[in-house]
Amino acid sequence: MERRELLRMIALATGAAMVGGEVLFSGCKNQTNDTITFSEKTIALLDEIGETILPRTKTPGAKDAAIGKFIQTMVTDCYYANDQEIFMKGLDELQQQSKQQFSKSFMDCTALQRTVLIKKIDSAAKEYNNKKFAYDSERNDKTKGTLQYKKDEMPNHWFTMVKQLALLGFFTSKKGASEALRYIAVPGKYEGDVPYVKGDRVIYPCY
Amino acid sequence: MPDNNYDAIVIGSGITGGWAAKELCEKGLKVIMLERGRNVEHIKDYVKTNGHPWEFAHRGMKPTTKMLDEYPVLQRDYPLNERNLDWWANEKEAPFTEVKRFDWFRGYQVGGRSLMWGRQSYRWNKWDFEANAKEGIAIDWPIRYDELAPWYSYVEKFAGISGTKEGLDVLPDGEFLPPMEMNAVEKDLAQRVKGIYKGNRHLIIGRNANLTVPHNDRTNCQYRNKCWMGCPFGGYFSTQSATLPAAMKTGNLTLRPFSIVTKLIYDKDTNKASGVEVLDAETNKTYVYTAKIIFLNASAFNSTWILMNSATDIWPDGLGSSSGELGHNVMDHHFKAGASGRVEGFEDRYYYGHRPNGVIVPRYQNVYNDKRDYLRGFMYQAGAERGNWFRNMAELSIGGDFKDALCEPGEWTFGMNAFGEMLPDHSNKISLDNNKKDKWGLPVLAVDVELKDNEKKMRQSMMQDAKEMLEACGVKEVATWDNDYAPGMGIHEMGTARMGRDPKTSVLNAHNQVWDAMNVFVTDGASMTSSSCVNPSLTYMALTARACNYAVNELKKQNL
Repeated sequence: MERRELLRMIALATGAAMVGGEVLFSGCKNQTNDTITFSEKTIALLDEIGETILPRTKTPGAKDAAIGKFIQTMVTDCYYANDQEIFMKGLDELQQQSKQQFSKSFMDCTALQRTVLIKKIDSAAKEYNNKKFAYDSERNDKTKGTLQYKKDEMPNHWFTMVKQLALLGFFTSKKGASEALRYIAVPGKYEGDVPYVKGDRVIYPCY
Repeated sequence: MPDNNYDAIVIGSGITGGWAAKELCEKGLKVIMLERGRNVEHIKDYVKTNGHPWEFAHRGMKPTTKMLDEYPVLQRDYPLNERNLDWWANEKEAPFTEVKRFDWFRGYQVGGRSLMWGRQSYRWNKWDFEANAKEGIAIDWPIRYDELAPWYSYVEKFAGISGTKEGLDVLPDGEFLPPMEMNAVEKDLAQRVKGIYKGNRHLIIGRNANLTVPHNDRTNCQYRNKCWMGCPFGGYFSTQSATLPAAMKTGNLTLRPFSIVTKLIYDKDTNKASGVEVLDAETNKTYVYTAKIIFLNASAFNSTWILMNSATDIWPDGLGSSSGELGHNVMDHHFKAGASGRVEGFEDRYYYGHRPNGVIVPRYQNVYNDKRDYLRGFMYQAGAERGNWFRNMAELSIGGDFKDALCEPGEWTFGMNAFGEMLPDHSNKISLDNNKKDKWGLPVLAVDVELKDNEKKMRQSMMQDAKEMLEACGVKEVATWDNDYAPGMGIHEMGTARMGRDPKTSVLNAHNQVWDAMNVFVTDGASMTSSSCVNPSLTYMALTARACNYAVNELKKQNL
C-alpha cells in the first residue's frame, strides 16, 4: 500500500495531472444519474476530439482505442449529475466556437482547424484550473481536520474532463498500453538499474 | 455438543489469526478458526488478478458514483477501486459511528487484510519498548526487545522477509531473504545520504514480505505489483499463501467462515471463558463453540468490540474493562506528509519490472544526539521513478508530439513520505454505540480519535526534514506536502486492549492474556501499548507466535 500511496503523492506534489486519482472529480453532495444518453454523433465527436489530443503517429491514436465509447462509460458511471451537465454543455460550447471561428461544425473541420480550436480551449482550461487550484486550496485549509473534508469546490472545467479521460482511456487501453507503451504483465524479475536508450518507450506501470 | 468442542478457538483469520491457527495446530491442538466473512480460496478466488487494465470497465482507475455512494468511508483514500472491491467491508451492512472523522478500512473475509496489506515488515527497536516508561507516557510495556527478538526471527524465517542487514540500532536486522534492488537514483541518493549525514541517517531498501527467492514451497515474487488482488504465485505473505496451508496440513484445523462472534461466554466460577457465541452471518442462527483457550485476532477494534460485549453481567463495560482502559489509547501511524522533487541526470538509466517495494529512511530523530521538541519520531518510505504517461507536460498540450513525448519516460522524481509514531492517549477511544445497529442487529463501534500536539509538532518535521534532506542531496524544485491525513488512514489501528504489568492499568498481561480471563489471549493490534513508527504487522506476528507457545506450555502444565 505504501508504494501505491507514494506514487500518487509524487504525481500530486509534482503538479502532474491527477488522472486516476481516486477522488478526482468527486462532489459527494451531488446526485447520481445513470440515465444520461450519448448519441452516436456524440461518441463520434468524442472520438475526434480524442484523436486531436492524441493522434495516431507511428503508434496508435485515441480513435484506435475507441476513446469515445470509453469516455461515455466514464462520464455515465463515474461522474455525478453536475459534472455530467458541465461535460455536455462543454461539447455544445465547442460546437459554438467551431461555428464562430470556422463557420462549420467540429466534425466538418480539418485536422488543423480542430487543433487550433482545441489548443485554444486547452489554454483556457489551464488558466481556469490555476484559479481553481488557488481557490480550492484555501477551502481545503479551513476544513482541515473536521468531518466536512468534502467541501464545495469550484466546478471542474469540461475540457479538463475530456483531456484527462482521453489520456486515461488511451494509455490504459490495449492498444495504448501495449503498442504506444511497453506492457509487461508478468516481468518475472526486477532489475533496478538497466540502461535506457532515447526512444525506448515507457514501461506501463502496473497495479 | 461434543462436535462444537475444540482445544482452541481462534477468532479472526487475518495476519494474526492465521499465525495463531498455524502455531496451535502444529503444537497438536484441535483448533477452529472463526471468520465473520466469506471464504477466499488461495488462487481460485483471486478472480481479477490476471485481468489487464483494459478488461476493467473503468480501467481500475476511478470508482463509479455508485461505489462512492456505497462506500462513504473507503472512498477517502486509494482503497476504493474495482479491482478488489469485494475485499473491503460492506459499509451499509457494517456501519460505524464517527464521533470524529476516522477512516476505518476493514477487510471482512478469510485472510482479512493479509490479502491487501502493504507488506512492509520491520522489527521494533529496543527504545520502542522502553520509551513509555522513560518518558512517563501511558504505561510501560511488560516486555523488552530481547524477549521478542527470537520470535521475530521465528516468524521472519517462515514468512519470508526480504531486506539488507545494516547493523542499525534504530532498525534491528532480521532473518532476511535477499534484498530487492534499488534503482540508479536511489543508489545515488543512498550514497549521498551516507556522505552528508555521516552514518546518522540511512537510506536503505524496504524490508517486505515478498519472496525474492522461492521459500517454503512458495514461488518467488514475479514483480507484477498486483499484490493486493491476490497473488497466484503465493509471492507475498498472506493467510492464504502461508499460515493457512501450514495449519491445514496438520489436519487439526476447522475453518468456519460467516461466523460472527457476538461474545465470549464467561464462567465466573473459573474466571475463564468457556467458549464463544457465534451468529451465522448467512442464516442468522446462533451457535456455541467451547474450548480450553481462545485467541482474539479479529483486528484491533473488533477484538475489543467482542470483549466489550462479553461478561457484561459482571462488568457492564465488558470483559477486560476492570482496568478502565478497554477501548482506550487508540493509535495509528500518521503519514501523508513529506516532500518530493526532480532529480537531474540519469537519463540513460531505467528499470525493469514492477517492484512492490520502495526505499526507506529509518527513524533518526530523538536517538543519540538528534533531539527534537516532540517525543519519538518517524521513518520515511520513499522511492525514485521516471515520469510516466500521466505526467505534466508544461511545454506541450495536445497533438502527435505531445503523445509521442508521453510514450517515453520523463525525468526522474524522488518522493519521501513520513510515517510517524502516535502516542497512546486515554482520550482517544472506541466505545459501543447502542443506538446504531449493523445488518445483524448488533451494536456498532463509535470511534473518537484525534491527533494531539505531539503528532502535530512532528508533522512539521516530517515535511521540513524531507525538504532539507532532498535539497542537501541535490534534488531540485523540492515541494513539501501535508495531505489531509485523518486517523485510521494508516490502516494500522492499534491499542484499545493494551498489554501491561498491572491489571489496574492494562487489559492484557505480558503474555497477551486478559487479566480477567487468563485463557483468553488478544494478540492483534489491540494489544499494543505504544505504536513505534514502523509498520506493525511483523510485531503482531511475533507476539502471536510467542503467546501461542506460552499458552500451549501453560495448558501442558494444566495452568489454563
